[in-house]
Amino acid sequence: MSRKKLTRRQFVAATAMSSAALITAPYVRGAYAAGKLSIGFWDHWVPGANKASTDLVNEWAAKEKVEVSIDYITSNNKKIELTAAAEAQAKSGHDILQMPSWWPQAYSENLEPLNDVMEPLIKQNGEVNGTVKYLGQSGGKWLAVPATPGSQIKGPCSRIDLMKKHAGIDVQEMYPAGSPPKADNWTMETFLKAAEACQKAGFAFGIGLGETTDSVDTAGAIFQSFGAELVNAKGDITVKTDSVRQAMEFYKKLIAVLPPDAPSWDDASNNKWLISGRGAMILNPPSAWAVAKRDAPQVAEQCWTHGFPAGPKGRFAPYLPYFWGVWSFGKNKEAAKSLLVHLSAPASIEKFVAVSGGYDLPAYANFTTLKTWAEEGPPKGTLYHYPNPYNHQTLSIAASPAPPKIAQQIYFQATLTKMALRFARGETMEQALAWAEGECEGFMRS
Amino acid sequence: MADVVVERGRVARAAGARKGTSLRNALGRKSTVAFFLTLPLILLIILLVLYPAFYSVYLATLNKAMTKFVGFGNFTFLFKRETFWMVVQQSCIFAITAVIFKALIGFIVAHFVHNIPAKGQRKWRGMLLVPWVIPPAMSTLAWLWLFDPSYSAFNYTLSFFGVGPIPWLGDTFWARFSVILVNVWYGAPFFMIMYLAALKSVPDQLYEAAAIDGANWWQRIWYVTLPMMRNIIAITTLFSLIVTFANFDIVRILTSGGPLDTTHLFATWAFQVGIQSNDIPLGACVSLFMVPILAVAAIFILRDVSKRGNEA
Repeated sequence: MSRKKLTRRQFVAATAMSSAALITAPYVRGAYAAGKLSIGFWDHWVPGANKASTDLVNEWAAKEKVEVSIDYITSNNKKIELTAAAEAQAKSGHDILQMPSWWPQAYSENLEPLNDVMEPLIKQNGEVNGTVKYLGQSGGKWLAVPATPGSQIKGPCSRIDLMKKHAGIDVQEMYPAGSPPKADNWTMETFLKAAEACQKAGFAFGIGLGETTDSVDTAGAIFQSFGAELVNAKGDITVKTDSVRQAMEFYKKLIAVLPPDAPSWDDASNNKWLISGRGAMILNPPSAWAVAKRDAPQVAEQCWTHGFPAGPKGRFAPYLPYFWGVWSFGKNKEAAKSLLVHLSAPASIEKFVAVSGGYDLPAYANFTTLKTWAEEGPPKGTLYHYPNPYNHQTLSIAASPAPPKIAQQIYFQATLTKMALRFARGETMEQALAWAEGECEGFMRS
Repeated sequence: MADVVVERGRVARAAGARKGTSLRNALGRKSTVAFFLTLPLILLIILLVLYPAFYSVYLATLNKAMTKFVGFGNFTFLFKRETFWMVVQQSCIFAITAVIFKALIGFIVAHFVHNIPAKGQRKWRGMLLVPWVIPPAMSTLAWLWLFDPSYSAFNYTLSFFGVGPIPWLGDTFWARFSVILVNVWYGAPFFMIMYLAALKSVPDQLYEAAAIDGANWWQRIWYVTLPMMRNIIAITTLFSLIVTFANFDIVRILTSGGPLDTTHLFATWAFQVGIQSNDIPLGACVSLFMVPILAVAAIFILRDVSKRGNEA
């Protein structure tokens, strides 16, 4: 029996070839040959919207031979935040987890950098807005990919009839479907006058003053339109400034014409206010309108979603993106990245927007004029201006541009609404500012 | 040599037999059986109570980024926060007021139920326990609808009498009133059932003797009922105080701590600071602050109970 001797050169060559083959072959074909992938998605409000995610994931899984499991996690009572906190502590859990706005920054140390996913996606889908960069990037590293499901703008949703009758404002004319806005006169001053007129007529604007996101987001956009920052981008406390004082004065006047129990409102209260027919305007994504279509069609057909009023320092609209993050301790990171590319493909984005009835907002510049928003109704075109198609307002998040880990605390402790409410309830301006300054000092802990 | 071997074997056998007997004796002992029967529960408590408790102590000693040990740094930081002291004060107001009302209502209702003839008593007992057996998260949601700003059934009813609308959850006084009211509604049946059991164990002869001595109803309560119920009142109060101090769901669902943080309790504020604001060490500190307060209360109440137990 002849015995062939393996030379050292042959051994090195064989090893190099087999390693190269293993590295370059992405997924070996065969049932579930590319392993397993566990995903935690946000449980969508809109009935049937989860199915779109499931279909898209299954389509990708069949192609890539990956065994997937999806958990839909409700955002009620902060279940997603609890899941993220538990998984980050345990260093175990889903491979991909959908996170609300602030959480990629909060868990930046535990997230896989996704520059190799985001850079091609931006080239393909267009630039992302400043808030997505602020929340999704840290030191040039993309922490997560902006998710279309759940991302939203909380602009005004007005009653066409009541605004015309009591405030003399034709919101359809100001924001015509299919054309650029004619909203030069839509300022904070006009907004306040309209709020006063509607309150007098018994249809107060439904703006919360509580501690949940809708209340805080509104306060954030109003403060920003006055240039008011509690902490600036460098991390310096800037509470006692003229711009903050101006914003506080404005808020005090606004609070006087809001419903008396607005300090106790949660994120469902404003929706109920509009649907019950008691308010002329709320600041919310079109979910309230979508429920009204089912429960109070006569209200829904009078609703028009449009842009935010402008303040002395610009026109800002509250924007709340969701993100898909990949844990650095995940077991199948390459498959996770491949799935995120698939979920961010143009066809997938269009599908998300269509099944959510226009509620979901893509973060990319090329997707602000999809036909869903032009066609949804009644009334037809009610959502046309929802995705900010003419970029006439800056999409922002409350407490920005403070460093995200400080801003997150200002946001969740509802410092903006609380300071405004303290001032409106009788504290002097200086007392309210001193309180807010003390709070911000506490948020500086590292 | 052979002797030695035999001897050794006998010694070894004897030792083995003794060992077997002692193991059998140990296993046969009631205390050992009891230990093994309670072992699953002990393991559960270690896993679900002791481990998280010690873990939260560990977390409370870390900095916000959880990268370094700061000792008592988080506690000293908390002591300087105005909101923290407000939460301490509110937790005390909430727990003490709610427990007093629960005990009072429980005591009165227990007397009413005790005086109902035995035939119909079971129905009443069942009905009165309903608030306590419904999961509080669910029943609090129903209360939230009753207090709701747009659809409040209370305000609707009050409007017929020309009263209101009352901002049930939007004003500090009414918000505190509402959360305490719901807690009392939920917790009073527990007191009622405990007091009812205690009432039933008071011997009738004592009341008969008191009646012969000419005691009126108040003297019967003061000199017979209350002394006989003292231990159960103390233990029920302690238990309820602990549970009420640590309450989370009612405040979280009704007010989320608002308006202006004036209904926050330790647990809800710990959640807001720890989970929502992502400062887990500080959140752990807030929740741990309940321990010394409750430990002091427990020591006083239990010491009193054991003293009276010894007297008996």
